[in-house]
Amino acid sequence: MFQTPEFQDNNHADELPVVSKILCAIAVGILSLGLIVVLMVTDNPPSSLPALVQGQLTQSGVQNPVTAVLLNFRSYDTLLEIAVLLIVAVAMLPNSQDSRLVSVVTNAQVNPVLEAVLRWLIPMIIVMAGYLLWTGASLPGGAFQSGALLASAGVLVQLSGRLQFCFTSTIAKLLLTIGLITFMIVGVGVATTTGVILQYPTQLAAPLILLIESAATLSIAAILLLLYNSLATQTVDISSASAKQPSTSNKSPAPNETLQSTTGEPAS
Amino acid sequence: MTQELLYNIASIGLFGIGLYGLIVAPHIVRKILAINIMSMGVFMLLVASASNVNGTPDPVLHAMVLTGIVVAIAGTAMALFLAGKIHTLGQASDKDDH
Repeated sequence: MFQTPEFQDNNHADELPVVSKILCAIAVGILSLGLIVVLMVTDNPPSSLPALVQGQLTQSGVQNPVTAVLLNFRSYDTLLEIAVLLIVAVAMLPNSQDSRLVSVVTNAQVNPVLEAVLRWLIPMIIVMAGYLLWTGASLPGGAFQSGALLASAGVLVQLSGRLQFCFTSTIAKLLLTIGLITFMIVGVGVATTTGVILQYPTQLAAPLILLIESAATLSIAAILLLLYNSLATQTVDISSASAKQPSTSNKSPAPNETLQSTTGEPAS
Repeated sequence: MTQELLYNIASIGLFGIGLYGLIVAPHIVRKILAINIMSMGVFMLLVASASNVNGTPDPVLHAMVLTGIVVAIAGTAMALFLAGKIHTLGQASDKDDH
């Protein structure tokens, strides 16, 4: 009733015939060529936006024009972007009752080289994330880059197999939502002085942007780690289900253990 | 001028490759990857058109691309999650059929 042939990689019955493929290739090629010709022919006039941004930069509270656009001039976009991330995170929240954010995996097979490297790497990544967050005010950097770095640190820790993150605890829920909550509180709060939502007063713009960015960094890191976590757990579920072998000792194996067993040695 | 043309051709090329993969590839994960390649082409076009020979590049386009990347990540994660769910549900219904 509900066939999924698209998941069987070597199912040739589902492939398009060669004639259709060639027709598709020709159509896509013509479309691409047309787009390139249109891009070459049209002579778009220089936009007035860069001059506008440069003119208002002194009032934005930051020196980096990209950060000024992201968090001051068009902060609505960034607010909604964090909301989109949070919605996806909520949709992918694992179905567990674990009340701790970080739990230690006992009897984990830890690669000693990886662990030794991580001991040096993780503090450096955290310091680098803080630097990126701070430097976003004047140079390229900011909340998303910093959050992505922090999330990569979390992924590395989880891959090492010693620690396991769980995002159903109260602290984790706070971490996931703090970016959006702070952004909305600040956005509505400044409306009491300036009268417009998300329009910061000029003197307070720099500290408010830093506050929003710090909270957003935490949230983005937590959400990205949750996305990785959910997908990794799901992959383990799929592979264990497709192997069709009853799990003997552990009903729900930690994803990193299974990941290690698939990478390190043939699956038992 | 030629540099801008090179970037435009490359980004349209990426877009075309992604579009072809989206139509032709039967596997759902490949379709998700193809959509990602298409979005990379669009981002590249935006970043290339943000460049300014005389002065600083257009920060509005850079901010748009940054926002777009984040939304693309969220969309990709959601799509992969749903693909996995379809896979598990399909297996469950296969077992019911037997």
